[in-house]
Amino acid sequence: MFRSALGKTLGFVGYTIQYGCVAHCAFEYIGEFVACSGPSMEPTITSHDVVFSERLSRHLCRIENGDIVIAKSPFDPHMNICKRVIGLEGDKVCTSGPSDVFKTHQYVPKGHVWLEGDNLRNSTDSRSYGPVPYALIRGRVCLKVTRGTSPDPSHIHLNL
Amino acid sequence: MPCTRLNRLSLGPGGVLVGVPEVTERRTSTEVKYLVMAQQAGAGRRYIRAFVSGFFVAVPVTVTVLDRFAYVARVEGASMQPSLNPEGNVTGSDVVLLNRWSVRNYQVRRGDIVSVLSPKNPQQKIIKRVIALEGDFIKTLGYKNRYLRVPDGHFWIEGDHHGHSLDSNSFGPVSLGLVHGRASHIIWPPNRWQRIEPSLPPERKPLLNWHGDTTEEED
Repeated sequence: MFRSALGKTLGFVGYTIQYGCVAHCAFEYIGEFVACSGPSMEPTITSHDVVFSERLSRHLCRIENGDIVIAKSPFDPHMNICKRVIGLEGDKVCTSGPSDVFKTHQYVPKGHVWLEGDNLRNSTDSRSYGPVPYALIRGRVCLKVTRGTSPDPSHIHLNL
Repeated sequence: MPCTRLNRLSLGPGGVLVGVPEVTERRTSTEVKYLVMAQQAGAGRRYIRAFVSGFFVAVPVTVTVLDRFAYVARVEGASMQPSLNPEGNVTGSDVVLLNRWSVRNYQVRRGDIVSVLSPKNPQQKIIKRVIALEGDFIKTLGYKNRYLRVPDGHFWIEGDHHGHSLDSNSFGPVSLGLVHGRASHIIWPPNRWQRIEPSLPPERKPLLNWHGDTTEEED
């Protein structure tokens, strides 16, 4: 009786480990759901939206200009930021504000990207902390699942 | 074509039937060939099924272990001499075991040897020593600023072989999110098996740590 209970426990543990590993591979290499908070990407993504970010583009180095990405914050690795890619390595980006008379430009260094939020007035992004290393990017946002306030509660937008 | 040959049934003593009806099948050579092929295909199908089910167990487990627990990497280059690769690539490079579980919360200590995703090339990993953590005030060797306070969420890495190393002295402080693993043991070549202890060269200690008290006399 003890033997069969032990056998069943070991089988259960084995299945848990196997499915846990499959889940890890799915989240790490395919994609994951992310809940965003903050006003820096309005009106594209409002606070408390849930988005799906896919990981394949990041691993195959196919992130392009105009993509919305989720990245680890350069100043706090436990926090994630959601911004749009404005410049890839080698691109020339404008670092001065819209109200400045003299425009200043900067070249994005090798291995980095320039991120900016869509809500330029209310966003801390590369304009304050500089270019972000490409390896901090976690995934590219491709789907948005809107919640609550819109008339169709489970409205799904597909942004490819 | 199967042919049957029946023995003659006869009544023995006591009225009991004796003689068992015998059915023999003589098969042609093509039928024998088909039978053997069917058996082999069955065995082949079983083998493929076993292989596929084993594959779907082994690959996710291996990938998860490499991503979360331990990673093995060969050290190339001379930037960490004499700690790693002391004879260069002549007698073969060192192979180190990287502990990925200990850096899951981005906790590194001064003096650790860590592997970091390179800020210059996201597909390359570089192995260097941690010299200073966030808030430390250090003197740099060849960076654009002579003295520098390491910003929040960043750390400062240097190779042991100064001058032959692409490290923070060229590209500045590195974000903690780029840390990949901590080198804990050298596992190849066998005469160099050892545990790697964190050790900071005394001349590279930070001048002030972030509690504000001095760590060495400045002269």
